[in-house]
Amino acid sequence: MANQEIRSPLPGTFYRRPAPDQPPYKEVGDSLAKGDTIGLVEVMKSFHEVKSEVEGKVVKFLVENEDPVQAGQPLAEVEG
Amino acid sequence: MAIRSLLIANRGEIAVRIIRAARELGIRTVQVHSSADAESLAVQLADEAVEIGPPQAAKSYLNIPALIDAAKRSGVDAVHPGYGFLAENADFAEAVETAGIRFVGPTAKTIRLMGDKVAARKAAAEAGVPTVPGSAGRIEGMEEARAVIEQTGFPVLIKAAAGGGGRGIRIAHDMAELEHLVPQASAEAQAAFGDGGLYIERAIQDARHVEVQILGDGQRVVHCYERECSLQRRRQKVWEEAPAVELDLSHREALCRAAVALAEAVNYRGAGTLEFLYEEASGGFYFIEMNTRIQVEHPVTECITGIDLIGEMLRIAGGESLRLQQEDIRQEGHAIEVRINAEDPANGFMPFPGVVGELRVPGGPGVRFDSLLYPGYAIPPFYDSLLGKLIVWGENREHALARLKGALAELTVDGVKTTAPLFTALADDPEVAAARFHTRWLERWLETNASRLAP
Repeated sequence: MANQEIRSPLPGTFYRRPAPDQPPYKEVGDSLAKGDTIGLVEVMKSFHEVKSEVEGKVVKFLVENEDPVQAGQPLAEVEG
Repeated sequence: MAIRSLLIANRGEIAVRIIRAARELGIRTVQVHSSADAESLAVQLADEAVEIGPPQAAKSYLNIPALIDAAKRSGVDAVHPGYGFLAENADFAEAVETAGIRFVGPTAKTIRLMGDKVAARKAAAEAGVPTVPGSAGRIEGMEEARAVIEQTGFPVLIKAAAGGGGRGIRIAHDMAELEHLVPQASAEAQAAFGDGGLYIERAIQDARHVEVQILGDGQRVVHCYERECSLQRRRQKVWEEAPAVELDLSHREALCRAAVALAEAVNYRGAGTLEFLYEEASGGFYFIEMNTRIQVEHPVTECITGIDLIGEMLRIAGGESLRLQQEDIRQEGHAIEVRINAEDPANGFMPFPGVVGELRVPGGPGVRFDSLLYPGYAIPPFYDSLLGKLIVWGENREHALARLKGALAELTVDGVKTTAPLFTALADDPEVAAARFHTRWLERWLETNASRLAP
């Protein structure tokens, strides 16, 4: 089965951690359930959780922590 | 010596405002910008533009070495920090002055003093300015918190000693809540500001937020009357007025005198604002903090006094003594400002960046629109949501409200959702018309009036 992508719902800045001193929500290789948070997008100083609508295993992240992202931009690849 | 060229270390509508004031004084303007702001209105209007980094504020507008480098390379002799970003960062002010460039604002020492809320309260008490009953100094843990409560009673506010802008404030109604919140607040303050110190103060009932605008030249201080800023959401102001109609003459005079006394006690230089809580039931007012910079809502003061506050800041930074005597400063009529944010009030104030389509800006007598907008502008998602400020002036408050309604009806910003529908609804509200509100009023109003916020 083809890999699936998790896309950013909003434009802004992508963060993989809930706070700078905490571990990332997900690492490559972690299993993922529907509704799991994979990161945050900061838009206009407010933070929004990015939740997975798919389940599987995180294959790779397509953007770095703190990268600017567009709405709809793929953030991570998931193996179903 | 007067400033000849100025670096604007900010963005958005305030950068545009500073460029306009500088231009009138014959000052060359250099606008810094992140890569996301290359198309901004401020960049278009400034004489020169310098890119200082990528979109993220931490790597651009908060990047002190990049800003100092831009200032040196462009050969400016002054830096205006605007509001937010580094405007109240003493290290930045110091770095600017160390580079031999004038900082348009107070000295680093004053910024540091007033930025530490505990030190600021102490300075206020020494100047005879009343403060909210609370801890005499910073407290580190529950033992000290319990001792303070014996003096103040509940409810109390728990604040970070190093915090600001209304963020990180918690309210405790009883001892159980206090014991839960104190360690949490301390840990969060440590993480956010690198300082876990707290202070505790009594929560004032149905408090109004009233603030006094001052101007100082390092020796003499004058006030430009007060502003009423009680309409807030999540402790962020959304609607501001001048004057505060709930104050009678004796309270207004006492408040403004107190503000001048405190600013003179610290030899204040530049434009500053002293924020107070006003308890209408008791007539008591209490100093909460001083903002050592220009405020978002400064235009309402400009409208009732006719003073160009940014222009005065630039003159003072250029070494001039205050041009104004207190008796020269008069107020006339009433002004109201509303903050047009890129947020959808019908959807929990969700941020709404986008591309501006058609733009219709309100006009006519007594109407001013300070904004970063132009048709076709792609609003970047990386910064705060303030698009502009609609300011109206009228002969009295009723007249100003009528003008506000008309101006809001004229305003069209296609392509994005804005907070304008909130203000249209508020301008029609009988409690707002009677100026009967306090700092918690709007949040309760929003709970029951959500249906009125559809665009």
